[in-house]
Amino acid sequence: MSPPVKVIGALGSTFSHRVEAALCLKGVPYELIQEDLNNKSELLLTHNPVKKKVPVLLHGDQAICESLVIIEYVDEAFEGPPLLPIDPYDRAVARFWADFMDNKLLKPFWLAHWTEGEVQKGFAKEAMENLALLEVQLRGKRFFGGDTVGYIDIVFCCLAPWLSVIEEVTGMTVVDESEYPALRQWEKEYNSYEALKPCLPGRDQLVAYFTENKEKYKMYANAWAQQ
Amino acid sequence: MAAGGELQLLGSWYSPYVIRAKVALGLKGLRYEYLEEDLFSKSDLLLKSNPAHKKVPVLVHGGRPVCESLVVVQYVDEAWAGTGPPLLPGDARDRATARFWAAFIDDKFFRAWRELFRSTTDSQRAEAFRSVVPRVETLEQAFMECSEGKAFFGGDAVGLADVALGSFLVWIQVVDEVSGTKLLDGARFPGLAAWAERFLAVDAVKDAMPEFERLLEHYKGFLAKLASPAAPAGYS
Repeated sequence: MSPPVKVIGALGSTFSHRVEAALCLKGVPYELIQEDLNNKSELLLTHNPVKKKVPVLLHGDQAICESLVIIEYVDEAFEGPPLLPIDPYDRAVARFWADFMDNKLLKPFWLAHWTEGEVQKGFAKEAMENLALLEVQLRGKRFFGGDTVGYIDIVFCCLAPWLSVIEEVTGMTVVDESEYPALRQWEKEYNSYEALKPCLPGRDQLVAYFTENKEKYKMYANAWAQQ
Repeated sequence: MAAGGELQLLGSWYSPYVIRAKVALGLKGLRYEYLEEDLFSKSDLLLKSNPAHKKVPVLVHGGRPVCESLVVVQYVDEAWAGTGPPLLPGDARDRATARFWAAFIDDKFFRAWRELFRSTTDSQRAEAFRSVVPRVETLEQAFMECSEGKAFFGGDAVGLADVALGSFLVWIQVVDEVSGTKLLDGARFPGLAAWAERFLAVDAVKDAMPEFERLLEHYKGFLAKLASPAAPAGYS
């Protein structure tokens, strides 16, 4: 019998959701341990001493850290439908887009919503240029991978459950429906995807979380903008 | 060659990210056409192959581009799985470990080291050095755990984490020379210091690395421009 699987995650974290989505799509049962990021547990600090961050996957006595690393581990260590494509070139394309999300799009996308004034305008411009590349990728497709949710889709999850929540809490719109119709349609498809229902965060819960922590997220954003 | 189609590598001789691609191709014994890019005057092929980033390396295989150095290394490993040594281990847990450290090297180590690389004054250098040392301490520990007494992060053979960190070695030496530092000091980091020597002695690595003197001159030129009012683009 396979050892039990646990995820140390956090409600507001898109990275945490990626891991839950991967396990969900792979058909792997898991226990979710919700972390209070203001008061990190011994469990988290012991299992991710290097980064001290969520998500962490616990599989028996193994701890795997970094959301993208975890997704590939889940794909390789468990039976179930493949998350990444099988063909090496398609896998390279998938990994490219994951790198694009985390190293090119994430910062301007996030900060375009959470900052203000000239700083916000700068990030919005950068975010929109990057989003335009994604819009092109999605045209004519239901999901990045085709007809079903796959690796690239769960990597881009901050553009799905989180997007309308962040727009509501900050009052900022960057991903305009008229300019990014494919992305906004993809958002709806992702949020209503049957196989993800067990792990999709509740919208009201997310809104409450970000509203409660709004000032803190604005502060993090301003600090991040300086780096 | 397996997985049919011609291979071209778009690169620049001084880019550590290109070195990663060259090492991977070399370890697999693959033949390819190397195209040197002028990063201040990028070719149409580069701009067309990597429109999102416009950066090197780009591996073009049978006309299809693969971008991002660690993506290229894993692609080379997977597309030529039956050729040469594997660049990632077989076990899923060990693969996750290799990927984790490769990500750490890019995300945490390089970002800290880049401050040392970009320092033009002694006080900047001192501060930057202080920031990067904890990252090296973490990597020393990682090396001891991953290698389990063997030669490389990957064990007996060079793996993903070795390529990720090793690609910076000549640059580290060049920056040390100019800033009067010794980042991989043998007394402080015996594991990494010995690993570095072994890595640099690997044939595929020797073929990929730029010459120390040539890189040193290039770096001095870069620093001179950095210290002057109009700092250059083309360096991340």
